[in-house]
Amino acid sequence: MSIVSLEQLCKTYEVGAFSVPALQGMDLTIQGGQYIAIMGPSGSGKSTLLNLLGCLDRPTQGRYWLGDQDVSTLDDNALSMIRGARIGFIFQSYNLIAQLNVIENIEVPMFYQGMSESKSEKRARELAEMVGLADRVRHKPSELSGGQQQRVAIARALANDPLIILADEPTGNLDTRSGSEILSLLDRLNRQGKTLIVVTHDEHVAARAERVIHLLDGRIDREERNGRRPQQNEGQG
Amino acid sequence: MHGLRSILTTLGIVFGVCSVIAMLAIGEGASREAQAQIAQLGSQNIIIKTVKPPEGQEASGQGNTSLVYGLTYEDAERFRNTIPDVEVIVPIRRLNQTAWYRNRKAAVEVIGTVPWHPEIAPIRLVSGRFLSSVDLNHQQSVCVIDELLMQSLFVLDDPLGQDLKIAGQYYRVIGIVSSPGPVEVNPGFGSNGSSANSNGGGVVGNVYIPLTSVKGRFGETVVQFNGSNQQIEKVELQEITIKVKSTDRVMATRDILEGLLDRSHKKKDYQVILPLELLRQAARTKRIFSIVLGSIAAISLLVGGIGIMNIMLATVSERTREIGIRRALGAKRRDIIVQFLSETVMLALTGGILGMILGSLIPFLVTYFSKMPTVVTANSLVLSFGISGAIGIVFGLYPAYRAAHMDPIESLRHE
Repeated sequence: MSIVSLEQLCKTYEVGAFSVPALQGMDLTIQGGQYIAIMGPSGSGKSTLLNLLGCLDRPTQGRYWLGDQDVSTLDDNALSMIRGARIGFIFQSYNLIAQLNVIENIEVPMFYQGMSESKSEKRARELAEMVGLADRVRHKPSELSGGQQQRVAIARALANDPLIILADEPTGNLDTRSGSEILSLLDRLNRQGKTLIVVTHDEHVAARAERVIHLLDGRIDREERNGRRPQQNEGQG
Repeated sequence: MHGLRSILTTLGIVFGVCSVIAMLAIGEGASREAQAQIAQLGSQNIIIKTVKPPEGQEASGQGNTSLVYGLTYEDAERFRNTIPDVEVIVPIRRLNQTAWYRNRKAAVEVIGTVPWHPEIAPIRLVSGRFLSSVDLNHQQSVCVIDELLMQSLFVLDDPLGQDLKIAGQYYRVIGIVSSPGPVEVNPGFGSNGSSANSNGGGVVGNVYIPLTSVKGRFGETVVQFNGSNQQIEKVELQEITIKVKSTDRVMATRDILEGLLDRSHKKKDYQVILPLELLRQAARTKRIFSIVLGSIAAISLLVGGIGIMNIMLATVSERTREIGIRRALGAKRRDIIVQFLSETVMLALTGGILGMILGSLIPFLVTYFSKMPTVVTANSLVLSFGISGAIGIVFGLYPAYRAAHMDPIESLRHE
């Protein structure tokens, strides 16, 4: 069963008297454990696709299956639950909450799913350790470097063990070395079986993925497949 | 939240709550004092006082003038025979005199009265006995003094059995009563704070003497000399107090009384005082006071609430990004509303508590410095706390709603 299945997905924005078709009849299937990169020039529909995949927006037409659920026509409350439980976000500018420390930031998604304080704190510590920040758990984001903040964001994205991880230019604000660390971390997550979808315009980032989908004018223009190290569930040349 | 900003935001609520509690306390204190004083006069009592009639009835100019006015024994008799629902009738004669004990003297008010006087006045027997019918019938030279007089004139000696000398006559002290509180309602004004004395002079205490004895010893005539003119005034009784059987009969009885007096007195040389009516007026005044206060407080709390809403709207705007992040991480609209609403309620309640503390302190200071009684009621505290919370909810609802309904995608792009 596929993790993500898009059927003729369309999104049209009404701007004043005009209709702007951002996505036009997109079909896409992603299997569990795959590492996908989405590239394309501005206006190609990257952001729109990202918002739809992340359940931050609803399609005008078409179907979006996430796991075993059709999320195309859910209401705001249901979409919020899906976002919290099944999707992990990683943003270009980290988007940590400044008043909270590392542990508290990682706990946020768990809080909204109603997890108890003790359980969420325990899990947050485990995740902090997994991304290498066990010694900085009480720090606030302002006391961390860019790379460290992004690692907190990754830990946070994993908090509720989501179906997919959605990353928007994860290394966009980082220097080469930190960026490389983050990409290695993402590789590791993928090797452990996590489905990754990364939107980027950086070819080095896209090179890490096994499928690179190029968008143009709201459609899939072409798809490349990279040779990758063989994995547990999907070995492909 | 920023500390200073929070404090400034809640100032409106703090002042609103503080002023409500302080003003209500001052009002409550004044009202209770007024009501206690009036209640001492007896809500079942009708007090009729002799009043010097307005000028115009006497011959002016030179020569002697003589004036007879006021309540008479005949009046008291007439009341006793005609008016139903009466429990007791107490006719009273008052004069200011100087009383001597050994070589000490004091200014006193002599109250010529009857044995059942304690039924209409808030005095109670401390030792000895009060005047009796025998004393009254035989015009005995006995007296009952009050505690204030005992303290200043007799000091450590036991007054019982001793003699007081007043206007050349000796009166044996047969009893001691408590002093009534600082009451005497001045016609047309309200209560004054001086000790029990209808004339308001610096009188130390009261001496109760049988009415018949007073009449016999002091007469009823007062002579005053104005240069070569003589003014003679004759007054039989200064006061008649009637105790009605129950408070619902008071008004009706007063009407009958006034009818009788009107017919039998040529001039308006009397005044009828109804403590019951005064009490009701006092209650009415307090109600009006409370309504006015309540309105002022409502306005100030409204202003405070608007201030809070204003600040919360700004706060929500500043935290647009954060709201977008939380929504992306799974927060429902309801979660966002709860988050911001509880912040607002916390602010409002904190302001309310601060206001309550300040509001309780101020009446305390007022009483300490001005001796005015104040009463901080539990009601006002609970009410203020509840209203602060309500203000927090009402004025926090809109900003929280705004926050919850922001588009997550837009919010994430913000700033």
